[in-house]
Amino acid sequence: MTWLDVVSAACLLAGCALSLIAAVGLIRFPDLLSRMHAGTKPQVFGLLLILVGIGLRLRDWSDVGMLLAVAMFQLLTAPVAAHMVGRAAYRRGAVRRDTLLVDELTPVLEAEDRPGP
Amino acid sequence: MSRERSDGVPGDAPVRRNGVQWPMLIGLTVVWVLLWGGLTVGNVLSGLVVAVVVTLVFPLPPIVFGGRLRARGLAVLIGWFVVELVVASVQVAALALRIGRPPLNAVIEVDLRSRSDLYLTLTAELLSLVPGSLVVEVRRSTSTLFLHVLGVRDESDVEAARRRALRQEERVVRALASDEELAAYLAEGVGR
Repeated sequence: MTWLDVVSAACLLAGCALSLIAAVGLIRFPDLLSRMHAGTKPQVFGLLLILVGIGLRLRDWSDVGMLLAVAMFQLLTAPVAAHMVGRAAYRRGAVRRDTLLVDELTPVLEAEDRPGP
Repeated sequence: MSRERSDGVPGDAPVRRNGVQWPMLIGLTVVWVLLWGGLTVGNVLSGLVVAVVVTLVFPLPPIVFGGRLRARGLAVLIGWFVVELVVASVQVAALALRIGRPPLNAVIEVDLRSRSDLYLTLTAELLSLVPGSLVVEVRRSTSTLFLHVLGVRDESDVEAARRRALRQEERVVRALASDEELAAYLAEGVGR
């Protein structure tokens, strides 16, 4: 076992822990928008750590290329998916107002929905 | 994101471009070769065919990019992004595991200072990737983002989140903008 294997194992374990915490957050957070944070975010970093861990272990260029493609697609698609779900949820009213300290979007949307003069 | 909302600004509708888009073709071919896992003549040729079909069937609106890559700005952008990703991941993880009441959140409006689809998109993407902030709405006409922020305690946290979003935009502009764009961006900031 070389030091690279140790780093690889540490990355894999940390990535798994973050993904597990994301699952816990998914259950524990009260509403959809908070859950989107848990569902999309610690998991991005967790996945990147796991990919780095696998890459350090495999050390093969074609495999590393595949891992890079996975990381790239994750970074490109996760924000778009989160945005579309969050936007739809907000407009459908699937947001718990009692969890919001400040809400600057509702007045803007209401002003738009009102028929003009 | 939310591209259909051009808010009725005349002449503002994205135009679909025609002709061969070489950067797009090369990028798609590279992805194809990566996915097949081997650099062979057959892979490259079949990848090129697929790339041509994809760009013909799904044409994209052109991206107006008049800037240039600044190595120092780009390094700052990527470095800060990694730092924020790590710090914010730990913060959201702590919130998820915390015993007690669930955290309070906020939906805030952030008026970006630049007027560019590219910088708006990049800023929104980067903000969405960093835990703790989620883009719920985008106004293309006014370059306004509406962010859902996780775990705010009081007004000062809300203002801190707003400043964080604006700093993210500033890093994007400093990494990519041309000299004129950067000057206009900085002048806009003085007027606020």
